[in-house]
Amino acid sequence: MSSIIPADLRYTESHEWARAGDDGIVVVGITDHAQRLLGDLVFVEIPEVGRVVTAAEGCAVVESVKAASDVYSPLDGVIVEVNEALADNPELINQDPYGEGWIFRIKTTSTLDGLLDPAAYEAVAAADEDEDEDAGTLANPKLVD
Amino acid sequence: MPFIPHTSADVQAMLAAIGVSDLEALFDEIPPALRVGQLPALPEALNELQIGRLMETRAADLPRPACFLGAGAYEHHIPAAVWEIVGRGEFYSAYTPYQPEASQGTLQVLYEYQSMMAGLTGVAVSNASLYDGASALAEALLMAVRANRKSKSKRILVPRASHPLYRRTARAIVHNQGIELVEVPYDPAGGHTPVEALAPHAGQDFAALVIAQPNFFGVLEEVDALTDWTHRNGALAVAAVNPTALAILKPPGEWGETGADIVCGDGQPLGAPLSSGGPYFGFLCCRQELVRQMPGRLVGRTVDLDGKPGFTLTLQAREQHIRRSKATSNICTNQGLMVTAATLYLSLLGPRGLEQVAATCHAHTRALVERLAGVPGVSRAFDRPMFHEAVLKLPRPTGEVLEKLLARGILGGFDLSADYPELGHALLVCATETRDEADLKRYAAALAVVV
Repeated sequence: MSSIIPADLRYTESHEWARAGDDGIVVVGITDHAQRLLGDLVFVEIPEVGRVVTAAEGCAVVESVKAASDVYSPLDGVIVEVNEALADNPELINQDPYGEGWIFRIKTTSTLDGLLDPAAYEAVAAADEDEDEDAGTLANPKLVD
Repeated sequence: MPFIPHTSADVQAMLAAIGVSDLEALFDEIPPALRVGQLPALPEALNELQIGRLMETRAADLPRPACFLGAGAYEHHIPAAVWEIVGRGEFYSAYTPYQPEASQGTLQVLYEYQSMMAGLTGVAVSNASLYDGASALAEALLMAVRANRKSKSKRILVPRASHPLYRRTARAIVHNQGIELVEVPYDPAGGHTPVEALAPHAGQDFAALVIAQPNFFGVLEEVDALTDWTHRNGALAVAAVNPTALAILKPPGEWGETGADIVCGDGQPLGAPLSSGGPYFGFLCCRQELVRQMPGRLVGRTVDLDGKPGFTLTLQAREQHIRRSKATSNICTNQGLMVTAATLYLSLLGPRGLEQVAATCHAHTRALVERLAGVPGVSRAFDRPMFHEAVLKLPRPTGEVLEKLLARGILGGFDLSADYPELGHALLVCATETRDEADLKRYAAALAVVV
């Protein structure tokens, strides 16, 4: 089943979405494709407000029953707001990844032009699905030592 | 029967497949200077009969001194049932559950262990153990830095009165992550870490303070004041404790107004024999809020599809088999067998039994110190209350005294002069419940002769 990729957003290869708002504020979350791969989310580690981040810097962690993954900032900027609701309801990301499940807002002077457009991201997600045969190992990891 | 499954034909086939001429070539990247090559000190292999006889002969020649040496590992009486049960095949061979959910018995033991450790330390969560006490401290410090997001400095205050080997191990492990350990001096009269010694760091940015209870000198720290000072300064309180002592001392979870945040230590006193230094195990416990920063295995109780209770590994998403290099730790081996022994030891003793052990150790050490300090030229170094160890000052070099004591069948204690030269000829002594009145008398008499 293919995932939802809204036409009005920009994307990263690491499965974040970005929505430009007013005054250089950009909202960031993870894509529907990403939340599907992760499965039921059980915990979200949100960044602190005021933190200065650079593009591709890990600044949040989403943890599902299968894996914990970094969420990378799509742009340079400062974290100005975080979604506090995720502390008690991490499943908001599963239920509404592009709405209630947003993760942080970043103030930036960059534009979204350097990010992937929906068609380019669709290709990234599709390539991911092809490799997905192996992804089941995440759910059944082998213990070492 | 050889335990290497590959025949030389297998080996040749694999080498040919990767285009390497011989096995040695695989080690080319290791500089020759670092390679041992031959081991001339090792004799030719002996068969089982021969090695058995050799060991019997050597064992018979070994002295069996009365042990007054502690310094991190302690001789305690271990009920015979402990290792009888640990040695059962079901526990003995399954040292780590590779298919955990199929090993319900092992998981249940770990779960019981975690429950007991949480009870003993007074915090909500215990993991299934770590390698040893020193690496548990290192993991506790890494946890504290990850968890304390208010602190940017990666500095941790570590009392000089905490275990020198733990400090060295912790430094080796955390150093490459840019974490700095800052030494806090001890009070020269009391041997404790007074809150005033922390004053220069008040208001500064640091992630945690280590609070050892008892500290390396056996001295009891003012844990409530230290914990509250740490929290007032926006840092986490990391307790490094002796588990036996917790039977009679306030659990770290109740220190100060809100309790210590992370608790660690060595579990050896709970059922592991001294055994020339190991294997022992480390324990690591924490407040519920920090559970996602905790490395290592954690066993949880749950129900299966039919609603029947069962045990499972939980909170695995940040472990190395999933997060690889981003795991909370990559050296979080657990010591399943030692933990099984600890679980049995604690079960057989019960809370009252452990309390008796702790109280007896304390009483024996007090009696020992009184006798030894009565020897002319020998005195106590510190005047503060202690648990089951104390520092004595000697009139002659400690190493020399210990050698002479050993010749008289007494393992007299730990020589502090290398780690604490400022204490002069100092000796750390310990008397657990395994020493009796006659042992104490014998030690005092021998010491009177050799000093």
